[in-house]
Amino acid sequence: MSVGLVICSHSAKLAEGVAELAGQMAKAVTIVPAGGTGDGRIGTSVELVSAAVEKLLDEGLDVAVLTDLGSATMTVESVIEALGPDRAAHVRHAEGPLVEGAVAASVAAQIGGDLTAVALAAQAKELFA
Amino acid sequence: MAGELTAAWAVAWMRDAAGVLARQREELIELDRAIGDGDHGENMDRGFQAVVAGLDASAASPKEVLSSAGRTLISTVGGAAGPLYGTALMRAGQAAKERIDADNLVAVLSAALEGVQARGKAQVGDKTMVDAWSPAVEAARQANEGGATPLDVLRAAASAAEQGAEATVGMVARKGRASYLGERSVGHQDPGATSTAHILQSAAKAAAA
Ligand SMILES: [Mg+2]
Repeated sequence: MSVGLVICSHSAKLAEGVAELAGQMAKAVTIVPAGGTGDGRIGTSVELVSAAVEKLLDEGLDVAVLTDLGSATMTVESVIEALGPDRAAHVRHAEGPLVEGAVAASVAAQIGGDLTAVALAAQAKELFA
Repeated sequence: MAGELTAAWAVAWMRDAAGVLARQREELIELDRAIGDGDHGENMDRGFQAVVAGLDASAASPKEVLSSAGRTLISTVGGAAGPLYGTALMRAGQAAKERIDADNLVAVLSAALEGVQARGKAQVGDKTMVDAWSPAVEAARQANEGGATPLDVLRAAASAAEQGAEATVGMVARKGRASYLGERSVGHQDPGATSTAHILQSAAKAAAA
């Protein structure tokens, strides 16, 4: 199943920028930014991330969610829990350095990688080898 | 049995917590500014105002009140506190009986602590809200073993949480953005542990009313 990406950052601008950058090498991949609180503050929003994830699931995609700082992790885990087990099976919190991970993950998705391959790519391990 | 806690207690608890967190907004902002991003006061105030706005005064059970408050916090607070307190209250709600006696109260508080730890992965001593929740649960357990009423269990928990929050001053932060400060985080009280102490004091106040 094809994989789409959600970029969850504390900053809306950062999420948009990362999505833009990652999209450069992965034109066929759907990358949805979900940054900030939704009302202009720095932070993360369960509602924004949830809407982005649901949108991709409804398009029939598996979803890798990439995050920046610690509390974004908690937001994403809350979103995945609330999906229920059936839909949650198609969603993965892909941990890694956000910029490098998003580029690597989007390329993995572009070349047909499944959710596991994309999540592995998001760790951007080769950059630190 | 006298002193059992009902939905009315849970509603009063959330209302009192919202009032206290609004009054302590600046204090929490200052604490979070020292070792974090400075948003804790605003986030807690905003989140609990939303909880109060969504309260159902005719709710039949503490479970309804606490679970719904938890969901509201998760969806309205854009910082770590939303998922942490939201999960805590949702788990507390799941553990709560229709009428909460002292035994059940210990289970409710334990469930809240477990929720915080499941979500935040912090241990005791990491300088987080766990350092207030954990001694609070332990004090509640001891009070209950000594035959305390629910009110006295909550008073014991609140007082232990306050001491726990004060003890975070000497700790090095090992979780969240404060951990980037390392040793420089020593000397500052953790904002999450502080708000936990306020919230548990509200729980006791609501039980006394
Ligand atoms: Mg903060």
